[in-house]
Amino acid sequence: MEILIALGKIIIAIGAILFTVTYLVYFERKISAWIQDRVGPNRVGWFGLLQAPADVLKLFFKEDIVPLAANKVIHAFAPIISLTIALSTYAVIPIGPEVELLGYKVKLVVADVDAGILFILAFTSIGVYGLTLSGWSSNNKYSLLGGLRSAAQMISYELSMGISVVGVLMLAGSLSISNIVEYQYGWMWMAVLQPIGFITFVVSAFAETNRLPFDLPEAEPELVGGYHTEYSSLKFAMFFLAEYANMIVASALIVSLYLGGWQFPYAQEFGLSSGLTVLLQVFSFIAKVLCVLFVFIWVRWSIPRFRYDQLMNLGWKVMLPLSLVNLIWVAFLIYVFKI
Amino acid sequence: MAVVKKRLKDLTLLEKLYIPEIVKGMLLTLKHLVSPKFTRQYPEVKYVQPESYRGRPVLVEDGGKERCVACSLCSRVCPALAIDVQAAETIDEKERYPERFEINMLRCIFCGFCEEVCPEEAIVMSKDYELTFLNYKDAIYGKDKLLTPVEKLKDRIEFLRKYR
Repeated sequence: MEILIALGKIIIAIGAILFTVTYLVYFERKISAWIQDRVGPNRVGWFGLLQAPADVLKLFFKEDIVPLAANKVIHAFAPIISLTIALSTYAVIPIGPEVELLGYKVKLVVADVDAGILFILAFTSIGVYGLTLSGWSSNNKYSLLGGLRSAAQMISYELSMGISVVGVLMLAGSLSISNIVEYQYGWMWMAVLQPIGFITFVVSAFAETNRLPFDLPEAEPELVGGYHTEYSSLKFAMFFLAEYANMIVASALIVSLYLGGWQFPYAQEFGLSSGLTVLLQVFSFIAKVLCVLFVFIWVRWSIPRFRYDQLMNLGWKVMLPLSLVNLIWVAFLIYVFKI
Repeated sequence: MAVVKKRLKDLTLLEKLYIPEIVKGMLLTLKHLVSPKFTRQYPEVKYVQPESYRGRPVLVEDGGKERCVACSLCSRVCPALAIDVQAAETIDEKERYPERFEINMLRCIFCGFCEEVCPEEAIVMSKDYELTFLNYKDAIYGKDKLLTPVEKLKDRIEFLRKYR
């Protein structure tokens, strides 16, 4: 039974991510269109809602081109790394509290790992290999540059990301994401307690997911397509999927660590039945994630790309000191208020 | 390392902080997110052309016959060599008429020279711009497709009389 529950959770989680990714692409196109005073896709299906499945279908039927001089094994392996990492990272993020379902206690998280944050930091670091290897194995100078950039960028921003997370860990006193979410009861959201850490974490998350102000690994005007220049068909689709799945994971992480996760402020004191409370909490989690995803897309179509030296300056000279300042602030909070 | 360049306008401290400026930019895009859109939903909503619009050239049909006297000036002036005229005699007052009048719509560049040079006001530019054909032969428009009653071309003829 345990195994069945775990399997069900995995299927639901992956299905939800894949579904969200397809519609995330649709909403990305819609929102970009609206921001640019256009209408966006509206021909395929009702309001263009079938546009995303149509795009996927189109990618299925494309020819898979592998460059002659490419390292074929790694060329095929790199998108797989990217996608598996992107999909598996979601495992440790809880979407709701523990519930009783048919007499079984079910935690609304695929794997409640004690060291959840370490798991996520480790896995997102492995994700870099996908990009770097794809850039190297394509035997194309633009791809290689994209891969190199992604490696350098990830290393620079992982540092400030990690140090911002330390602030959260100090307050919650646990590495498990479930515990961190439970700590943020009521309005004790981490974003309220440590706004500087919140900002540094969000900026680092943008850099980690290669979203627009920091999408140098695939900067189209300079690098053609960056690391995925030489990919087509399903392999390209996998990179595409991984990018958007990463975005969802990053939003879920921001919500879990800083915006109270599945906590709806004082939901337990509304006097609702336990089932309704859980429902409210799950929906508040989903709503928060969608809001953060909207911000991701919104930022992409508002802010131009950074230059590479500006990116490095920001990472090392601004983000790192700021996250250290945040650490001192958290220490001060703990020392003064004993929380 | 990086050379520090003097800017024309130095940034103030508030601008150097980035975040207020980023918020400003985001608010601007948010405003556009909800503002009315410029897109015309083309096949459903069509463009309403002004009289000066140069669409497909057509022959003016006046009283069941073409006005054209087959002088071939349009054919001579056509920069794309799209017009082909074959003259013949008729018992009408005008004595000549085009037995065959063909415009190759793959060659036509919609410059309007034919209309400009025509002494009889017999060839004018219509407002029709939706031209599709599935093979090269269909692209050659003969008299059957070119003849258009004068009533339909009033706008353009008036425009020509006023401004030509």
